[in-house]
Amino acid sequence: MCLAIIGKIKKITKEISIVDINGIEKEINTSLVDIKIGDFVMIHAGFAIEKITQQEATEIKNDFKQ
Amino acid sequence: MTLNSKQIVLEIKRLAQNMGEILIMELCGTHSQTVAKYGLKQLLPKNINLISGPGCPICVTDQYDIDVIIELAKNDIPIAIYGDALSLPGSSASLEELKQQSKQIFVIYSTPDALKLQKDYPNIVFFGIGFETTTPMTAWAIKQGLTVYSSHKLFPPAMNVLASSRDLKIDGFINPGHVSAIIGTKIFQQFKLPQVVTGFEPNDVLLAIKTLLQMITNNKHQVINLYNRLVKESGNVKANDLIYEVFEISNARWRGLGEIPNSGLKIKEKFRKQDAEYIYRDIIKKFQQNYAPRKSACICGEILQGIKKPIDCPLFKKKCSPTNPQGACMVSVEGTCRISYDHK
Repeated sequence: MCLAIIGKIKKITKEISIVDINGIEKEINTSLVDIKIGDFVMIHAGFAIEKITQQEATEIKNDFKQ
Repeated sequence: MTLNSKQIVLEIKRLAQNMGEILIMELCGTHSQTVAKYGLKQLLPKNINLISGPGCPICVTDQYDIDVIIELAKNDIPIAIYGDALSLPGSSASLEELKQQSKQIFVIYSTPDALKLQKDYPNIVFFGIGFETTTPMTAWAIKQGLTVYSSHKLFPPAMNVLASSRDLKIDGFINPGHVSAIIGTKIFQQFKLPQVVTGFEPNDVLLAIKTLLQMITNNKHQVINLYNRLVKESGNVKANDLIYEVFEISNARWRGLGEIPNSGLKIKEKFRKQDAEYIYRDIIKKFQQNYAPRKSACICGEILQGIKKPIDCPLFKKKCSPTNPQGACMVSVEGTCRISYDHK
């Protein structure tokens, strides 16, 4: 249940945002976080559960590459 | 493996030299996967024992709740579930078997998917399973009008049971990762044990073990957050507010751990029109009258408590496999038996 992925906010429409996940754009519910375009978020079961900084997103992505 | 990992392992070995038998429980199924996938147990000194706890939400779902959902499906009520729940063995059948018999069972990725299905199947019921990580998504969907049978659980009360167990003397916890992202780290301070919140990479888990050993050596009962790139002390306040807007705390039955006071989440009366337990109370009452849970040699309950290992089960790798699971611990990819089956 802890599977989660990182996405970058591209477009915000009320509770739903278009998020870039490794180059694929997907609709994600962002009602649980305060976000703006360009923010990075951790996504779980179709919802952003936390906002993270670009540096943190890069660190996590680097972890996945190792 | 990077040099950094080697350094951490060396430090673990150095710390372990001066210690007796140490028992560390990882409380998240995804951490258990990392431990198995990267063979981390093999890197540890013999006196440092890692065991998996009840961190797989599918596994801890009580047989009764599974059987209620199966009963609803048998009564031609459409059911939406997360994928892992499809093969959960019921006392009379699994949802997968009912699906093959043309019952309306839908696997979804997220609760908005269930709301989309509701347009075609207005009486669809979502089987709400999971800890604090997935509960906000269910709460959000209930507010949008989705009907839910709630088997949602709160993790800290289960930790309390484990921390005070007479059967196990746990020296430290690796706390659940994304549960912590929602509930924060402060709540864990009530447990007088060394605890670490960490990420899901092998280095994260090794670092957590090293940190726990340092705390055990120095007799410090703290909560150290190594996953602060995601987990904050106060958690996700919005998500927590949403949970308690829709749910109220109740007692809950856990597979293996029995009934734990104040460990469940029941839908508030305000949202009764979306509560499947209330809507279908007549079906459930009738079902309860003749209910007899399935009997099995499966020891999933004891495995979830860390008392036994999959290899101790007479069914493991014989009658029980991922294609023919006999118990919940073999169903989910985060289940201890499934992990043991896949990685050995």
